[in-house]
Amino acid sequence: MRRPRHKTGIILAALGALWSGTICADVSASRQVELMHLLAQDCGSCHGLTRKGGLGPALTAEALNGKAPIMLRDVILHGRPGTPMPPWESFMNAQEADWLVQVLIQGRTDAR
Amino acid sequence: MRANSLSNLFLGLAGAALVSACVSPRGTGDLGIVIERAAGSVQVVETTTRTRLAQVSGLGDLSHASVVYSRDARYAYVFGRDGGLTKVDLLQGRIGKRIVQAGNAIGGAISQDGGLIAVSNYEPGGVKVFAADTLELLADIPAGSGDSQHRSKVVGLVDAPGEVFVFSLYDAGEIWMADMRHPRQPQIRKFPNVGKQPYDGTVTPDGRYYIAGLFGEDGLALLDLWQPEKGVRRVLEGYGRGEEPLPVFKMPHMDYWAQANDIAYVPAVGRHEVLVIDQKNWTEVGRIAMAGQPVFVVARPDGRQVWVNFAPPDNDTVQVIDTLSRTIVKTLKPGKAVLHMEFTPRGENVWISVRDENRVDVYDTGTFERVTSLPADKPSGIFFSARAQRIGQ
Repeated sequence: MRRPRHKTGIILAALGALWSGTICADVSASRQVELMHLLAQDCGSCHGLTRKGGLGPALTAEALNGKAPIMLRDVILHGRPGTPMPPWESFMNAQEADWLVQVLIQGRTDAR
Repeated sequence: MRANSLSNLFLGLAGAALVSACVSPRGTGDLGIVIERAAGSVQVVETTTRTRLAQVSGLGDLSHASVVYSRDARYAYVFGRDGGLTKVDLLQGRIGKRIVQAGNAIGGAISQDGGLIAVSNYEPGGVKVFAADTLELLADIPAGSGDSQHRSKVVGLVDAPGEVFVFSLYDAGEIWMADMRHPRQPQIRKFPNVGKQPYDGTVTPDGRYYIAGLFGEDGLALLDLWQPEKGVRRVLEGYGRGEEPLPVFKMPHMDYWAQANDIAYVPAVGRHEVLVIDQKNWTEVGRIAMAGQPVFVVARPDGRQVWVNFAPPDNDTVQVIDTLSRTIVKTLKPGKAVLHMEFTPRGENVWISVRDENRVDVYDTGTFERVTSLPADKPSGIFFSARAQRIGQ
């Protein structure tokens, strides 16, 4: 069951590597896969694998409804002082954080 | 034809009876659970020949799942993030009973006499207590602070002698002791102002001291359960010496108190250090520079070694401290995303979950050689049934 998906991942990664060389403005497909992994696993440590919250607040589309995307990007990149939310800027750039904000706002769980 | 198929049926039945008669009974002392966090399943494993016996699915969201064992070590109680409490029958490899008791949970404990299961919840914040056999709700302890209606997330829930549960209120900065001798009427003793943001707690293996790690300030909160009237005191205050802590990409844990010869080893929050504490007077006697920010700091059962894993981006590494020299004697690179480590009951092996490699690695703690690897789907926590007989686990 997992093997075909893995192959898809490799193909996506290869395509992504090709694209990232030419289209710098977008987040490459391979990078999207990495960011989704980070979101599920590392963000998921505090916000839950299903984004329903934990030590950190829920990040579901409903929970984020009405929150300004630029504020969300700022929180991802710079953290929230006084809380355990750390700055993730050493793991991603602003463009990638914007992409993650869109994933969260739209409640997407797939990489694309 | 009919006679033939009938005799086949009889043969089949006789065969089935024979098979079940031939299955010899087994103990559970060498069994354990491996959490597969993304799949919502657990593996039942055995540590003698290091194999998987069964996979049990349907346990919900198992990110940050943990396990306690019934005192006969037959059942594992699995606490899921989504508030699920699942009683897994190790011998039959299936779910015995499952309830969803809250919206968002963090862990649990089993009482001294094995009769009660307590779960600490984030949402709604508090502790719920269940009968261990039926999972019937016996007590609901909302974690409200003072006169405030605001409920606090509950962390660091452990059992202690005297049919007591002890836990910490993350938002309110309090430690509570719940005397459960009358399970439907818990007697709560509250200790306010223990420090900012207790993130986890543990109890010493003798059940005497409850220690909460603080996230919001440098220090630990210590409660002597033998003399609770003396209150909570702060130890290792200001261990960061005023230096700004590093960003923390994964919260440290205080899974089980790591100690050897009255010396304890705890993670420093936001620092690449393990703190070394003399338990006779609760003062810092040293600190050990590590490869990253410690997440789990666990002692081999004999106390000679302490194994440490780390928060991202150093979560591919495990380091081993020799407690005699208090130096790092080994650095291992098991692979991407080392999440947990669990020793076999007498410590000859340690099992390490390597999430992103979809593997559980078994190491010989004497030679540091990898003995074997078992496949697992995004493994996180590993919990062996020897915990059934330990206070605080």
